[in-house]
Amino acid sequence: MEIALAFLVGLFFAVAIYLLLSRSLIRMLLGIAIIGNGVNLLIFTVGRLTREVPPIVPDGEYAPLEQIANPLPQALILTAIVIGFSLFAFLLVLTYRAYQELDADNTDTMRVAEPEDSPRPPLSY
Amino acid sequence: MSDLPNHYALLLIALAPFITALLAPWVNRFANGVSGWILATVPAAIFLVLATYIGPIADGGTVSFTMSWVESQYFHFPINLSFFVDGLSLIFALLISGIGTFIVTYSGGYLNGHRHQGRFLSFILMFMGSMLGLVLADNIITLFVFWELTSITSFLLIGFNHNKEASRRAAIQALVVTGGGGLLLLFGLLMIFAVSGHSELSTLMMDQNVLRDHPAYLLVLLLVLGGAFTKSAQVPFHFWLPNAMEAPTPVSAYLHSATMVKAGVYLIARMSPVLNDTIYWNTILPIFGGITLLTGAIMALRQTDMKQMLAYTTLGSLGMLVMLLGLSEKVAILAALLFLVAHAFYKGALFMVVGAIDHESGTRDLTEVSGLRAKLPFTFIAAVLAAISMAGFPISLGYFAKEEIYLLFGPENVWSMALVLVALIGNGLMMAVGLAIAIKPFFGKMLETPKSPHEAPLSMYWGPIILGVLGLAAGFYITDVGQIFFAPAATAVYAKLVETHLKLHFDALLIALSVATWVVGGLAFYKLESIRSFLRRVATVWRWGPDQGFDQFMFGLIRLADRVTRLLHHGRLELYLILVFVCLAGALFTPLIMQDALPKLPAFPNLHFYEWSIIAIAAIGLIAVIAAKTRLVAIVSLGIQGFSVAVIFLLFGAPDLGFTQLMVETLSVVILALVMTRLHLDQRDARVLEEAVRDGAIAIVCGFGFVAVLLAVLSVELDTSLSDLFVATSVPIAHGRNIVNVILVDYRALDTLGEITVVMTAGIAILALIGIRLGGPKRGIGAPKKAPKSGAPKRTTPRSKGARA
Repeated sequence: MEIALAFLVGLFFAVAIYLLLSRSLIRMLLGIAIIGNGVNLLIFTVGRLTREVPPIVPDGEYAPLEQIANPLPQALILTAIVIGFSLFAFLLVLTYRAYQELDADNTDTMRVAEPEDSPRPPLSY
Repeated sequence: MSDLPNHYALLLIALAPFITALLAPWVNRFANGVSGWILATVPAAIFLVLATYIGPIADGGTVSFTMSWVESQYFHFPINLSFFVDGLSLIFALLISGIGTFIVTYSGGYLNGHRHQGRFLSFILMFMGSMLGLVLADNIITLFVFWELTSITSFLLIGFNHNKEASRRAAIQALVVTGGGGLLLLFGLLMIFAVSGHSELSTLMMDQNVLRDHPAYLLVLLLVLGGAFTKSAQVPFHFWLPNAMEAPTPVSAYLHSATMVKAGVYLIARMSPVLNDTIYWNTILPIFGGITLLTGAIMALRQTDMKQMLAYTTLGSLGMLVMLLGLSEKVAILAALLFLVAHAFYKGALFMVVGAIDHESGTRDLTEVSGLRAKLPFTFIAAVLAAISMAGFPISLGYFAKEEIYLLFGPENVWSMALVLVALIGNGLMMAVGLAIAIKPFFGKMLETPKSPHEAPLSMYWGPIILGVLGLAAGFYITDVGQIFFAPAATAVYAKLVETHLKLHFDALLIALSVATWVVGGLAFYKLESIRSFLRRVATVWRWGPDQGFDQFMFGLIRLADRVTRLLHHGRLELYLILVFVCLAGALFTPLIMQDALPKLPAFPNLHFYEWSIIAIAAIGLIAVIAAKTRLVAIVSLGIQGFSVAVIFLLFGAPDLGFTQLMVETLSVVILALVMTRLHLDQRDARVLEEAVRDGAIAIVCGFGFVAVLLAVLSVELDTSLSDLFVATSVPIAHGRNIVNVILVDYRALDTLGEITVVMTAGIAILALIGIRLGGPKRGIGAPKKAPKSGAPKRTTPRSKGARA
């Protein structure tokens, strides 16, 4: 199963990178969302997979009775999902505002910070 | 030297000027007008403390102070804050503090009422402290730190009139040249440590042949000379020195007499015992020194600006000193030291005289001032006293310096004979300049000057007069002065005991050479006008020099920086990202290939049907995001891959993740759908086919990179010790049955706190983004200034035609 997921993770990254390389802001946003899922799946896969047994200790016991799923990657991913969502929401609003202010969703036309005809540095002291 | 008592006074001497520098602006504010006199008490006190060492050092002793500065057990380089005083340091330190006293009072008068007088006094005192630390330093790192401090503080002083471009240029030039030399020196000093194992100059001096006999000797010598020649303005690094005349006159008087430019000479003298008297030393130094001497002396005659004339004679004098030290002979060293002190006295005095003339008459052009004798009597006396020593008339200190130089003249040694002739010509020409400055402005008919001239205040003429008197008095008592000051100093440089027997010689050859010097000088003075016009004609033809080269160099640097910036920082986001992902691919594959760890293609996995289906659904969702023709399809596809991930979490024992992922994906899709409907975006991918292929290739390579790394990782055993610990202790010590939750809120509680902070910050940022409207805030920080005239205030952010805000 890990091997199949490894290829799926590769597909996640390939699609995300392809989207990030487009100059359209909204596609880059999709890429961000997908790359976040790709990273989560990667961590999940590296922690090895166990079918259908959540890391929960049954009532009355001090330790789980059978082989359970690795809890550590799950804890890391839980944090990552939330942070990834915050980032996504922030970027979404940033894109929206950039579109409103600059009337552009293409990074080629968003050159306020780095104008194309920025002046040459003065040759003096 | 650790057995000697620590003289904390030395530490205080090096630090006191810096402490005073901090107070100087306040002193100046509350004691405006007399602040120079008040602050001058500090260098005067330093002078007096140093004067108490004269006796012990004349008897052959040294004074030292050591304090550990940086200690490290990993790094066997003893960095100490250590100082020591021997004959050489003492002469320099006395000159620095003594002339410094006059300079501080002089600055008080010269810049009286200037807006930034306090700042100026502060800079001067910092510079003084740097110089004192430099000449007293024992540890080579201490030496280097103070060496660099002199570069930095002189930068501040030269660029004091920072609203003038010429000043800024001169300051940057001095900093680049002397700072560049400082780097060479640092390298040289570290080489000295590596070769000799000595970090203290005082112990290095005991081990005299350790450097000379080492194969790296030439490298060490060149590096040290690189530092010294840039600091002491030897040709071809001389150009910064005349330009530094942009500084206010007290700075020139100080930098050019006793300090800055003498630092290089000090370094050469200090290193003489361990570096001198080799074929390289005895060739390089006299040649560079001789060229500098002639260049300086001849260029001085070309100028009419008296400050510039003095600046070029300073060059000449530095050349003379380097040349003399380069002979590695006892007489030459003694001559160099005599000349050094004589020069410090008369050059300091003459600069202050020129500054007084400039200050009181409004011009310092030699051809524009005349007949000021009656108006500035005290300044005139100072000028004459200094000029006597500069011209080397009998019984002045300058005379004895010259006499010692001419003692080197002997028919048996052609090399030193040639150098004495060079010295003779240089002396003669510099004498002409001295005479010109002492005579031309004061005699003759009064000329109309920009200001009506009157005598300068006491603070501005007492210094030059005392220096002038000292120049004569030292010559009068030359035998005693020689024993007390010059013998210990020469001993330190020559590294063998030197006895001085300075007195008036009545040797026919010496008298002949002296007379020859005066004849050269007198002729040059008499023919000054025609020499000057001749040199000016030459200058119109021969334009190129290192000064222009410096501009080319600096502008070239700026252009190069501009080009590199434009190359790397071109402003096209997708190219930045391509660079990032290409590097990512490299980072993924390189270690695998280097360690030959590329995984083999695994066997086809044997999965349940539902597992295959969910993987397939995720893949379809991903492909559909890319292939989607409309926004809505893309959003729905995004949802598909997100929900697939949630299902994968559910299937493999992670229900918490599954639920969280479901909620987050639902929210994402809803918000995205809401926002997208309000935007009128281009539906198609803007990429042309070539770009799509390029990006696709990068994406696929990166994708396979992740697969390969992941397979490589999966092929090794997982270290589950941390997970096992959590599983085993979850119930017993954290009292929680859901192990994932226990990890989040117990074991990684701080991480979770950080996570909450991130979410909150993102929320605030989103609120702020929505709240900000074009034109910035109406009030408070960033609010537009009130419109100067009627009409709407200009917007600073470009607002394009289609904004629907």
